[in-house]
Amino acid sequence: MSLTKIKTRPSKDVAGATEILVLVNHPMETGQRVDPKTKEKVPAHWIQKVTIELNGKTVADVDMGVAVSKDPLIAVAVKTAKNGDKVKVSWSDNKGEKGGGDYVVGAA
Amino acid sequence: MNPITRRTFLKGSLASGVLAVAAGAGLVKPTSVLAASWPQAAFEAKGIDDALKALYGSAAAAESSAITIKAPIQAENGAVVPIAVSTTLPGVESIAVLVKENAQPLVAAATLNGAAGYFSARMKMGKTSDVKVVVKAQGKLHTATQQIKVTVGGCGG
Repeated sequence: MSLTKIKTRPSKDVAGATEILVLVNHPMETGQRVDPKTKEKVPAHWIQKVTIELNGKTVADVDMGVAVSKDPLIAVAVKTAKNGDKVKVSWSDNKGEKGGGDYVVGAA
Repeated sequence: MNPITRRTFLKGSLASGVLAVAAGAGLVKPTSVLAASWPQAAFEAKGIDDALKALYGSAAAAESSAITIKAPIQAENGAVVPIAVSTTLPGVESIAVLVKENAQPLVAAATLNGAAGYFSARMKMGKTSDVKVVVKAQGKLHTATQQIKVTVGGCGG
């Protein structure tokens, strides 16, 4: 269901840094939307926290609200990252679901 | 095998619908149980100043030209508005994105520890609004604002 994709690339906005992109397939329901079939409000279901680790050290801890788009794509940049470094991403949502993935910087 | 007739199928889906409603009514705040460190008050705040106070303890942020917001001036689809924030301020600790006209302005807050002053995401916007970015660097709050025009709102579907 909830697929986590991680990718790295040289950052365009921060010179000399590596950008870590994280894409999670997640509905990100706000709790405001009405299901067109049942006319009931769809219960809120959104990712609250995404943690990005580099070589076991947390470099970014992102708190999210319901206003983050469906299938969130977030990115941070790390200056110290080099090829072969290990990226670990973990996320959790308001229903207690968890997910994440691993990635090696510079991998194809 | 029980053959699933249309009637039983409908009954089943109705029952599960009722269950979902009951769960929704009973657990008004399912978030309070989980993610203890998730700043709930900040995300539920109805105004930018309240959200900032809940998040950083202060809403006093100085305008800074060292913050760059990369976002469309006009967004065709309010459900997916890309935004990228970069800053040349030293010692960035946190970057928060807030949409003034959203019912709950705080979109996301990234706590950075060793990462460069950069954060990007895609957000929902109900209507045309000022988007405020707050960067906490070396204990101080800095801010920049850009207006994004939205032709089709992204809330409520």
